[in-house]
Amino acid sequence: MNSPEAVKPVITYDTSPAQYKHWSLACDGAIATLTLNINEDGGIKPGYKLKLNSYDLGVDMELHDALQRVRFEHPEVKTVIVTSGKDRIFCSGANIFMLGLSTHAWKVNFCKFTNETRNGIEDSSRYSGLKFLAACNGTTAGGGYELALACDEIILVDDRSSAVSLPEVPLLGVLPGTGGLTRVIDKRRVRRDHADIFCTLTEGIRSQRAKEWRLIDDYAKPQAFAEKVKARATELAAQSDRPADAKGIALTPLKRGIDEAGYHYETVDVTIDRAARRATLTVKAPAAAVQSKIDDIVAAGAAWWPLQMARELDDAILMLRTNDLDIGTWVLKTTGDATLALGADAVLDANRGHWFVRETIGMLRRTLARLDVTSRTLIALVERGSCFAGTLAELLFAADRGYMLALPDAPAEEGKVTLSAMNFGDYPMVNAQYRLAARFYGEEGPLGAVRAAIGQPQGADAALALGLVTATPDDLDWEDEIRIVLEERASLSPDALTGMEANLRFGPGETMETRVFGRLSAWQNWIFIRPNAVGEGGALKVFGSGNKAKFDWNRV
Amino acid sequence: MSIDYSQKIPNNVHLNDNKTLQRALEHWQPEFINWWQDMGPDGSQNFDVYLRTAVSVDPSGWAHFDHVKMPDYRWGIFLNPAEEGRKVNFGAHKGEAAWQEVPGEYRSNLRRLIVTQGDTEPASVEQQRHLGLTCPSLYDMRNLFQVNVEEGRHLWAMVYLLHAYFGRDGREEAEALLERRSGDADNPRILGAFNERTPDWLSFFMFTYFTDRDGKYQLCSLAESGFDPLARTCKFMLTEEAHHMFVGESGVGRVIQRTCDVMNQLKTDDVAKIRAQGVIDLPTIQRYLNFHFSVTMDLFGADVSSNAATFYTTGLKGRYEETKQTDDHLLNDASYGVLEVNDGKLVTIQAPYLNAINEKLRDDYVVDAKAGIERWNKIIQKAGIPFTLSAPHKAFNRKIGPLSAAKISPTGQVVSEGEWTHQHLHWLPSAEDRAFVASLMGRVAEPGKFANWIAPPARGINNQPVDFAYVRFN
Repeated sequence: MNSPEAVKPVITYDTSPAQYKHWSLACDGAIATLTLNINEDGGIKPGYKLKLNSYDLGVDMELHDALQRVRFEHPEVKTVIVTSGKDRIFCSGANIFMLGLSTHAWKVNFCKFTNETRNGIEDSSRYSGLKFLAACNGTTAGGGYELALACDEIILVDDRSSAVSLPEVPLLGVLPGTGGLTRVIDKRRVRRDHADIFCTLTEGIRSQRAKEWRLIDDYAKPQAFAEKVKARATELAAQSDRPADAKGIALTPLKRGIDEAGYHYETVDVTIDRAARRATLTVKAPAAAVQSKIDDIVAAGAAWWPLQMARELDDAILMLRTNDLDIGTWVLKTTGDATLALGADAVLDANRGHWFVRETIGMLRRTLARLDVTSRTLIALVERGSCFAGTLAELLFAADRGYMLALPDAPAEEGKVTLSAMNFGDYPMVNAQYRLAARFYGEEGPLGAVRAAIGQPQGADAALALGLVTATPDDLDWEDEIRIVLEERASLSPDALTGMEANLRFGPGETMETRVFGRLSAWQNWIFIRPNAVGEGGALKVFGSGNKAKFDWNRV
Repeated sequence: MSIDYSQKIPNNVHLNDNKTLQRALEHWQPEFINWWQDMGPDGSQNFDVYLRTAVSVDPSGWAHFDHVKMPDYRWGIFLNPAEEGRKVNFGAHKGEAAWQEVPGEYRSNLRRLIVTQGDTEPASVEQQRHLGLTCPSLYDMRNLFQVNVEEGRHLWAMVYLLHAYFGRDGREEAEALLERRSGDADNPRILGAFNERTPDWLSFFMFTYFTDRDGKYQLCSLAESGFDPLARTCKFMLTEEAHHMFVGESGVGRVIQRTCDVMNQLKTDDVAKIRAQGVIDLPTIQRYLNFHFSVTMDLFGADVSSNAATFYTTGLKGRYEETKQTDDHLLNDASYGVLEVNDGKLVTIQAPYLNAINEKLRDDYVVDAKAGIERWNKIIQKAGIPFTLSAPHKAFNRKIGPLSAAKISPTGQVVSEGEWTHQHLHWLPSAEDRAFVASLMGRVAEPGKFANWIAPPARGINNQPVDFAYVRFN
């Protein structure tokens, strides 16, 4: 027994509605209801109770899974109502005792996943016509309100006591860091002085004023609440173009092998070199032409290569992020037949109007965006047998650097980079720009050149000339060159690298999401390590003990 | 036009000189009267009731008796006299001068404490508003109305604090206190127990004995507050609260007395025969007791509570008789026993004392509540009847906190869901019990006459005879 599980428990993101401890998903025609009823004793780690519908990573894993089920298994759903199964409490946010017990890395990873799941809600609203309605049937505090903020609309019960609130600053000495501060102003356009009051008010704001200040869209008395929610959910459904009569596909459990070497899937393989603190992710092109007729595509379902690959890559990213914190460099590789990969792109492109293909493109988009915001060095290697073609070439463009093997004596054997139409807008990063556009700062010269190269395999010299790769060592230099790059990288400060990479990956142009991941998360992560939050007398540390926080009053 | 506020609103807070307070009260007072007309005792607005009115805080002034119409009752504002050099006596601010103004950083917690306390006062008036129609005597009717007007005054006391110290937010909260309604699905009172009906007089007596006693303990711990106006207000309220508990204790005692008399006349303990005589059998009284005791247990809040810890450390709410406790009044490293279900048994585990402040108050309450039950048992013993009333275990029938997940018998045994289903009608009043008690309720409104199910009191109010016209119908 020397598998990694025997050494340390491995956290996986595997779950399904039958296994949920905290959420339940009920679909009724065009309207699905996601009900949060957190099991106090169901924390993912020991040492805290999830009281008052407060959540930890395990709760968010279920939410993530439930959203996936609605996207793929229930195409008939047009509106998702997010509500609570508890009396007088919608959700009180992240569990503070869990945060108090967690390492800094765990908190940051947890918040990032939470952010991504909430961005995913907005992503589905924007691209897939899936509308979300937060039916806040009780106290909606902190992360609970942030969850509501991710929905298209918020209806709050007016029972004279339930309020929406972001009490992090006054109560905990930290920020509403999973999008709260940002969405209040960017998305809901709450005036900044009102937002300032709201974010320093522990008890929050109720019904009428909450609506006046745009913190909610509407409110209703308890007796009228269900009816109002239903009516609004039905109106939102009318804005959706999801199909009424389609049948979903089953999101079958991922087939994942875990052993000492790493994580192994059918289309993705992860090998970990622990001494070098490096993982190699290899994504495999389809082994045969992907199904191209809609009926066959839907019949293939979760086994359809584009979806299978996206799910497996997504899981690999999450597994590495959660379980392998010290593996600081990810080497991105691809293998397989570019013709088949481009064939898959062509099918995606041709059938994008179909709900299932649209959802699959969405899954690819979100997975690639997850890679962009991963705090690991990403180095792509284009070698013999590589398949950086179309969608798979996005891995190269997501990387901090891309190296391509030049074979001056046998150019035909070089791995190639081939672009497809999918590289030009289908996979925006969180800054709403597609990777090539961001790479070339939207400049028409280089962008025009790469667009002209769609469909044409580019060898090392051409790829370098087009700006698609960083450098092209030849076969004599390759091994040493790459070894030195990786070893040098692994010697640098992991914190500085995280900060540097995040800054360089996202150039000019802000979106709400970049502000959440950049500005808000960076401030939050700084505050999370400051003594005023987590020192002996820090606000987060003493919360709930009855002790008063002791602050260092110097402003930094 | 100048109003003499000291006549209209008896007070010792210099209302005549306080423009802010006058403005707030001029707006609020008519709304309070409207609320009283709508939600105060049903059909009683024109009665002349022999009521006690507080006109000042000195011993000669706080118990002024006269017949008045309730809407004309002079609800006043009284604080106990200031104690020279009073300090904050516990928590992180221990030893600092007590606050005469609300500290900004505690404003919202203090307001929450005051609003929660204040909300219970009008709530109980609403819960009891139909009882006048089924009173067992004029004496009892008067006691009910006395309790009601004093709950009204306690509302005034809390509203005074909101108006005087919390600015616009305080004025809004004061209005909301008149807008919530006990049992209203859309707009309920804050605490669950205050949304239950008080359907009959046995419930009323039990409520005033058990639930008003929770009020006493809450007020006692707020009377320790570092916020001096709150402490002084609560101290004065306690003098009135004592009467409410007297109504409960003597009321239940008279019901027991009457039942024991009938049992001795018939020489039986057969429930059916006792009920046939139109009196309430002792097992039913025990079940009512179990119900009200357990509902009141929940009012003390979660067994382990971070809010309670915060309120203590920040000096807002102390323990019962805080200054008489012999510890350091900081409690940083102290622990206190709380109950937990472990392996199918109730066990006591040690929790940080600060987090167990609610449990400490609950335990102090239990001691006090049990003393009165013993006095009821003396009545039964004196009648020579082999029956003993007892308080259920504090973990019995809980709806709040971790104990609510378990089923626990009145003797503190953890029982299965099945056993609970099988037994709970022996432990809590059944619909049939309640229907029986309700069937006895009928108005007795002739001076000196009492309903069949209750004994007369030993003496009247304020040295008046028992057959005094405590309420005059007009």
